[in-house]
Amino acid sequence: MACNGSGCQSGCYKDEEEPKRENPAVPTKTDSASNGNICVKCKLNDSVSGYGGIDDGRFCADCFRSNLFGKFRYAVTSNAMISPTDKVLVAFSGGPSSRIALQYVHDLQERAQKNFDACRDRSLPVFGVGVVFIDESAVVPIPSGEMDEAVGFVSSVVSCLAPPKKELHVVPIETIYSSNSSDGKDRLLKILNAVSDPTGREDLLVNIRMLALQKVASEFGYNRLVLGSCISRIASHVISATVKGQGYSLPADIQYVDARWEIPVVLPLRDCFAQEINMLCRLDGLKTLKLSTSPSSTINGLVSSFVQLLQEENPSRESTIVRTAGKLIPFQFNKIPEITDGHVPLATRRRQKRYNLKSNESVSSESFCPLCNSPLDKSEIVNRSNHDNGSTGEFFYAACCSSCQYQILPRDSTTMEQFYTDLPQSIVSRSEEANNCNLSLLREQIQDCLLSDDEEET
Amino acid sequence: MEQERERNGRLCCLCSGRAALRRPKTLQQLCRECFFRVFEDEIHQVIVSNGLFTRGERVAIGASGGKDSTVLAYVLAKLNQTHDYGLHLFLLSVDEGITGYRDDSLETVHRNQIQYGLPLKVVSYKDLYGWTMDEIVATIGKKNNCTFCGVFRRQALDRGAALLKVDKLVTGHNADDIAETVLLNILRGDIARLSRCTSITTGEDGPIPRCKPFKYTYEKEIVMYAYFKRLDYFSTECIYSPNAYRGFAREFIKDLERLRPRAVLDIIRSGENFRISTTAKMPEQGTCERCGYISSQKWCKACVLLDGLNRGLPKLGIGRSHGVIGASRDRNERNGGKTIESKQCGTLDF
Repeated sequence: MACNGSGCQSGCYKDEEEPKRENPAVPTKTDSASNGNICVKCKLNDSVSGYGGIDDGRFCADCFRSNLFGKFRYAVTSNAMISPTDKVLVAFSGGPSSRIALQYVHDLQERAQKNFDACRDRSLPVFGVGVVFIDESAVVPIPSGEMDEAVGFVSSVVSCLAPPKKELHVVPIETIYSSNSSDGKDRLLKILNAVSDPTGREDLLVNIRMLALQKVASEFGYNRLVLGSCISRIASHVISATVKGQGYSLPADIQYVDARWEIPVVLPLRDCFAQEINMLCRLDGLKTLKLSTSPSSTINGLVSSFVQLLQEENPSRESTIVRTAGKLIPFQFNKIPEITDGHVPLATRRRQKRYNLKSNESVSSESFCPLCNSPLDKSEIVNRSNHDNGSTGEFFYAACCSSCQYQILPRDSTTMEQFYTDLPQSIVSRSEEANNCNLSLLREQIQDCLLSDDEEET
Repeated sequence: MEQERERNGRLCCLCSGRAALRRPKTLQQLCRECFFRVFEDEIHQVIVSNGLFTRGERVAIGASGGKDSTVLAYVLAKLNQTHDYGLHLFLLSVDEGITGYRDDSLETVHRNQIQYGLPLKVVSYKDLYGWTMDEIVATIGKKNNCTFCGVFRRQALDRGAALLKVDKLVTGHNADDIAETVLLNILRGDIARLSRCTSITTGEDGPIPRCKPFKYTYEKEIVMYAYFKRLDYFSTECIYSPNAYRGFAREFIKDLERLRPRAVLDIIRSGENFRISTTAKMPEQGTCERCGYISSQKWCKACVLLDGLNRGLPKLGIGRSHGVIGASRDRNERNGGKTIESKQCGTLDF
């Protein structure tokens, strides 16, 4: 049972911040003007600045920490991201955002553990946490020593975050090819090198990384994938998706929850600025890792420097961008599916709080791009019959979204055919699945007129 | 050999003649004549596929004397003839009363009237509002005068169109303008404008719909067309906001275009495909109690501004009174007056 009394001293996380919350969070104008360097929240300590965003310079270090953690926790609870019975996989790149995501998930788990130990009936189990690091040395030119160091760094971070113990999975990116094929690395390099547009190559790598993460999560029985995407990252994504003509599918990518994947992806740091995250790393002495990669002139790079410039000019710009895009209608898969399984304990089910889910307005989309998994708009959904006599590669090309067609897929049909054969099975099966799904839908409609159940005879 | 190959490399990809230019939109090498043809054909396709006009309509072309409207007037007049749209075309200009800028550009429009054989109507701020921009700037200073000019121009065009008794008003907004507007509306959080800024025709419920035949036409191609056709246009910046053309967003779009020419069209496509929640708050459209012009408030913006001017309170209706916004403006000022938007002169609100 969760402790709901104020007298409970078990250390459950509901209580910890209560004393601070008693102070009015919103300062009056005269306050901030007269004593600009006193924290507006606790009114005791000197405020710190340099963490950007709208709150820059308003909080002291402690209040800053609790404010930032509050944003994370609110995102987690209000979207039912993590339930007590879940097993959560945190994608850790070594960078500041995923470092904080890992730290916060750990904090949450630690508190849940304390609650569990303190509660007599043990009705709320502690969710499990695992960490995954994707080794991309196969496709990105990184000195071999550096990658070894990175792996060492990641395992030291994870081992420091115990108890409760977290399993670490260090996985090479070519894992997306089935383990018994030894040529995975070559095939992966082949498809990446077949992409002539540098932006397209970057985006394809992002898709492949997601596939690898999904594969790990699914193989080891996780049911949530936590990404450290912060508001700054999402703001850049809003602009770059707009620039790439992905206005239709954009809302799918920027919500707290993205359950179109086999393992739902959650973004608990969606409301935190990159500067805040960097500040917290500095304050708490959290070490982060930056692999040396050569900068390339891509749309993504151009957009993020543009957004950074705007953010410097106006500290709320990034959040305005994300808020604007947040008004676009999300998709049905942008929420955690409700637990309907009767085996899940009632206490856990009751825990699934949802504050801001407007399911009545979301859009259902049945067709996805097999390459980037973004929902397709009406004009992009192809009619199979138009491509019946085409090759499999041609059909795959036609099934992809127009953005992938333009920036990733080869236009020449023989290169396309080669590209298709080098694709991992998980992508190929997506396009086949979509096709089969269409066929079975058609079959359903004519079911009553069919004389045989057998596919071959009809 | 070498020379021959060089010449081969410069062949028009449509007619195999000598290529004169690389088309900004597609990077195709084209000769002059083929460029003119594809440029005009594309605009014709846009007009036909969107059903912009119907036979017998009276159409006013918003003409400033600048490159966009000059090319628009020229191309529309030409298409009207070659494809027999059966339209009655007019030039409609607004005289803001800016000495040394508008008087010169209006001369260009007067010349265009003769060159293209289109009747011209000029409406002036002085006649409509009793103030010229020169007088307004003398009262309020050089800061914020674009607010007045933009608000007044919008209404002036509508009133001029009503005087001409036209069915439609076309403006020379090009693809770059629209892409910039899409981005700006995202950056500013203006969901209402974001939802309508990509429609090719706006104000269909109002008295005079406006449309933008250059919606998919690149600015650079318009300049190219004007250059190769030796069209007579006026290219000086407004004396009251000489730097209005240098904004972050515009520069960003130019950078994007260098990396990927298609980006401009992709932004417009994104803007068209955005699905905007119906529960998002939209301002209600009504009419101004004072002049009857469309307005979401009790009085339209022009009436508010005019009232301020006439009562000697010119700051009335400009910006908002919050300190924060003033502060951020000041900061912009310090940064050399650079803002995120480029065209402050009213071209942004469609």
